[in-house]
Amino acid sequence: MHISILDVFHPRQSRIHGLDPRVKLLGSLLIILTAVLLPEGAWLSQGILFGLIILLSSASRLGPFFIVRRSFIALPFLLAALPLPFLTPGPPLWSVPGLGWVVTSTGLVRFLTILIRTWIAVQASIVLSATTPASDLMWGLNALRFPRLIVAIIGFMLRYLFILADEALRMVRARASRSPRLAGIKRPGVIWQSRVAGAMVGSLFLRSLERSERVHAAMLSRGYDGEMRILHQPINKSLDWLLLLGMILLLSGIFYLSIWS
Amino acid sequence: MLLSPEPLHIPDGFLTPLLAAIGWLFAAIIISIALRQTRQQLGERQVPLMGILAAFIFAAQAINFPVAAGTSGHLLGGALAAIVMGPWAAALIMTAVVSVQALIFQDGGLLALGWNILNMGVLTAFAGYFSYRAMHKWIGRSTSGRVLAAFAAAWLSMEVGAIAAAIELALSGTSPLRIALPAMASVHALIGVGEGLITSGAVRLLQVSRPDVLDAGDSAPGRLPAAFVASGLFLAILLGAFSPLAANSPDGLEYVARIGGFISLAEVPAFAFLPDYTIPFITHPAVTTILAVTIGTLIVFSVTLIVGRRTARKEV
Repeated sequence: MHISILDVFHPRQSRIHGLDPRVKLLGSLLIILTAVLLPEGAWLSQGILFGLIILLSSASRLGPFFIVRRSFIALPFLLAALPLPFLTPGPPLWSVPGLGWVVTSTGLVRFLTILIRTWIAVQASIVLSATTPASDLMWGLNALRFPRLIVAIIGFMLRYLFILADEALRMVRARASRSPRLAGIKRPGVIWQSRVAGAMVGSLFLRSLERSERVHAAMLSRGYDGEMRILHQPINKSLDWLLLLGMILLLSGIFYLSIWS
Repeated sequence: MLLSPEPLHIPDGFLTPLLAAIGWLFAAIIISIALRQTRQQLGERQVPLMGILAAFIFAAQAINFPVAAGTSGHLLGGALAAIVMGPWAAALIMTAVVSVQALIFQDGGLLALGWNILNMGVLTAFAGYFSYRAMHKWIGRSTSGRVLAAFAAAWLSMEVGAIAAAIELALSGTSPLRIALPAMASVHALIGVGEGLITSGAVRLLQVSRPDVLDAGDSAPGRLPAAFVASGLFLAILLGAFSPLAANSPDGLEYVARIGGFISLAEVPAFAFLPDYTIPFITHPAVTTILAVTIGTLIVFSVTLIVGRRTARKEV
């Protein structure tokens, strides 16, 4: 098995793919911020925002199935909000037959609001990472004046992420090939298995540590002095900033609509 | 497959904007201290070492083992990173891991990232580090001392992170404290066992093959500021959790009591001797859960201590 960044980034020819990474970063952050700021029960505003996300997703030509499939990542967490319809004080709406739990309208509105908010935020984030290569994202974060050191560390992590993930998966495959599950033979206990997994983690750590020493030596030999220098990529599209301006206007319109009504 | 979502990555929409902003503020302050501390610790090795070890933690999360009923034990890694690299480097490593999970893999929200960094990066690393050091000292400096201390520390680090996440959800009005806290604490008391087993397995291997790495982790600098920051942060979260309790309206409580039948369902009984993970004679479930977790922690630690001392004596 081979892990690749292609799992996340989907290269296509689209208007969204070609946008300035800074515009995409700011744009998706603003969409998420708007989604979170909309008050409870502002269905119209949430609907328009959702429409905007659908529009952006289809403009990015990722295909609806890809986005829906990826969206389920936030789903397990909705369990945490599940008690809300029952536990928020408010006018009773419906009682679960046999159990006597009462669903209140206030609680239901809050639950649905959270559901839609989260869905919009996850979609915005998916469009961002699926249309922007990781290196462009890092460049964008740098250009937006994020602390340079932390961006450098994250960039370094991304560079070695797939090498080390491949190494981890090779170890997992080696373990699987040496410990097949045979009929009639008892499986080893959890403690023993966890000790094996722990030893694998430990040896992966040692390999990573030694790799970092090699990488550091190689960097020193090429004149590294503790400063990460980034070659400036000449991405300069003034039209994209106009697009962002248009989106800011649209988003503030959506926000005012929700307060006003 | 690489991503086994921990029930700890808070997505966007679950925290109020104000709380999310406070989380980012705390996270920014702590990250800047961590950057300065690790620069002193590592010099110009900082960027490559931190970057590659962050990639290691991410990759190590793919190594799992089957537990029961289709679930598997795997690693979050905060405690392990703190044991081998010290508290500040671990906080920085976990910050990078959690940021990449949010930015690239949508595991956790972007606005919620501040609190996710604090819960899974800073709190797990600091709680893991200090409990590991304390246990290691009490048990005595031996191989089994290290291994058992690593287990207890990793277990506690998960519990601390989970409690903090539950309190943040409650403060945002997303999940009532009386349900979120017992549920998160009991689920992560189980997940923490897997974390503890893998972490102690890794420490056992390091003790055998490269004890110098563990010694370097022991003498990592910045202990005092880390202790200061950790206790301040945890105190702030607890204060936040219990400030609304004082102002709880009686009819709200009455209402919750009326549908109280629901609540016993949400609480997974983790310890048979602490029924419903709460102590019966104290009434508020949030308070009792905190007490129960404290007692559970004391039990885990004293059992580890006794077993550790015994085996340590045998080794000598």
